[in-house]
Amino acid sequence: MDELTTVVRNYIMREYLEEGDDREITETTLLISGGIVDSFSMVSLKRFLEKKYSIRIPDADATPEAFDTVQRIAELVRRFQTVASSA
Amino acid sequence: MAFIDTVRNCYQADLEAIKTAGLFKEERIIHSPQWSEIEVQFPVGAKIKKCINICANNYLGLSSHPDVIAAAHAGLDARGYGMSSVRFICGTQDIHRELESRLTEFLGTEDTLLFPSCMDANAGFFEACLKEQDVMIADRLVHASIVDGMRLCKAVQDTYKHSDMGHLEEKLQEHQDKRLRMIITDGVFSMDGDVAKLAEIVVLAEKYNAMVFVDDSHATGFIGRTGRGTHEHCDVFGKIDVITTTLGKALGGASGGCVSGRRELVELCRQRARPYLFSNAVAPVIVAGALKVMDLITASTDRRDKLEWNTRYWRGLLQDAGFDVKAGESPIVPVMLYNARLAQDFARDLFEEGIYAVGFFFPVVPKEQARIRTQLSAAHEKHHLDAAIAAFRKVGQKHGILGLGKKELMARYAA
Repeated sequence: MDELTTVVRNYIMREYLEEGDDREITETTLLISGGIVDSFSMVSLKRFLEKKYSIRIPDADATPEAFDTVQRIAELVRRFQTVASSA
Repeated sequence: MAFIDTVRNCYQADLEAIKTAGLFKEERIIHSPQWSEIEVQFPVGAKIKKCINICANNYLGLSSHPDVIAAAHAGLDARGYGMSSVRFICGTQDIHRELESRLTEFLGTEDTLLFPSCMDANAGFFEACLKEQDVMIADRLVHASIVDGMRLCKAVQDTYKHSDMGHLEEKLQEHQDKRLRMIITDGVFSMDGDVAKLAEIVVLAEKYNAMVFVDDSHATGFIGRTGRGTHEHCDVFGKIDVITTTLGKALGGASGGCVSGRRELVELCRQRARPYLFSNAVAPVIVAGALKVMDLITASTDRRDKLEWNTRYWRGLLQDAGFDVKAGESPIVPVMLYNARLAQDFARDLFEEGIYAVGFFFPVVPKEQARIRTQLSAAHEKHHLDAAIAAFRKVGQKHGILGLGKKELMARYAA
């Protein structure tokens, strides 16, 4: 797990798992379709990523599908880091 | 565009997908007034069956109370059937203002504005009162209408883990740079029946300079010593900035809701809240019935006292029978089954036994949290609850789940 993936995974565990919830979150755990994160509370994750990595993720790209696993979230962040650095 | 075959096929595929996911909802047809005993037809065309109803929001048993019905009749004669107008054109009668006054006094607030429903109150409030520079921080289990209302508002959205005061405090610290902060919660949470930690929320709100918004739809009329709601129960009466609530549950159960709170916020809703501005005034017949409800609940606490007794008795019966019951003190008593299929089968079998209850499962509640949500009413007599528990025991024995905890239930129904 690289640093970006670890940061995302740790944030999700801290932000979304209730105390005593010992579910393991891997890079491929289904977050939204798996019922761990709902679309209502997903906004804080988007804001965290934008602030932490100084990027802007347009709402059209912040879909439940794009946020459904740690792996996909990391891919999304990388894509917009590239956009930000080439701008 | 014509409704050609390809369009129809598109929608049929959507409906099939809902069915395949096991989420297709069908109405049960009731052939009697709302009460503790109702006559139900399900499926459509089946023989009508007499059932004990333990899933209505008729907490105080006022939905078909003779005094409320008589007052509604009188209101119909005195003020007519409909207003054919929104409130601010020619839809405000004396009785609308009278009911708003009565609600203000009852809830201990500064002012009140009626809406067609509490769904509309929640949908309209945030957009009317908060802007881009502000933040809304909501409990993650708030009602869907609050989620919708927040989505319509341009203020920053955030959430905190259900009833987790440490997490709420972190969020309040994070958002100290915003112009205004609003903490948003249900008073009693509709799926779990637990009561918000309003006393702690008010302390945090004062510490971090935030307003407090409470949807008390599952509390107004019966939670608290005199039924004023969660703020009375938590001893923070007068300290809540906004209360939204409904006339569609304990307060007669017809329809209508309100925003009640600080006068500037209520006035802004009158000026800007779109569901208030663009939908008809609550019908006079409902307003007249609701005024009688206010008379009844302020004259005596007998109904909320009986509801409290029924709740304690029912919880005890379920626990003695070996069911896994969510802890709480509200008349929402969830019987935990965890497995979605089991919850559906259990509700179907209860119906066969003459008990009308509904199974809830994902996405209405989190995965592996399926349940039968039972709701008590002051209209229930002891014999209703004794009959209901006999049916619950019978169905519980059939499925072999009595005395099982979460792990054992999950293990048994994992497949």
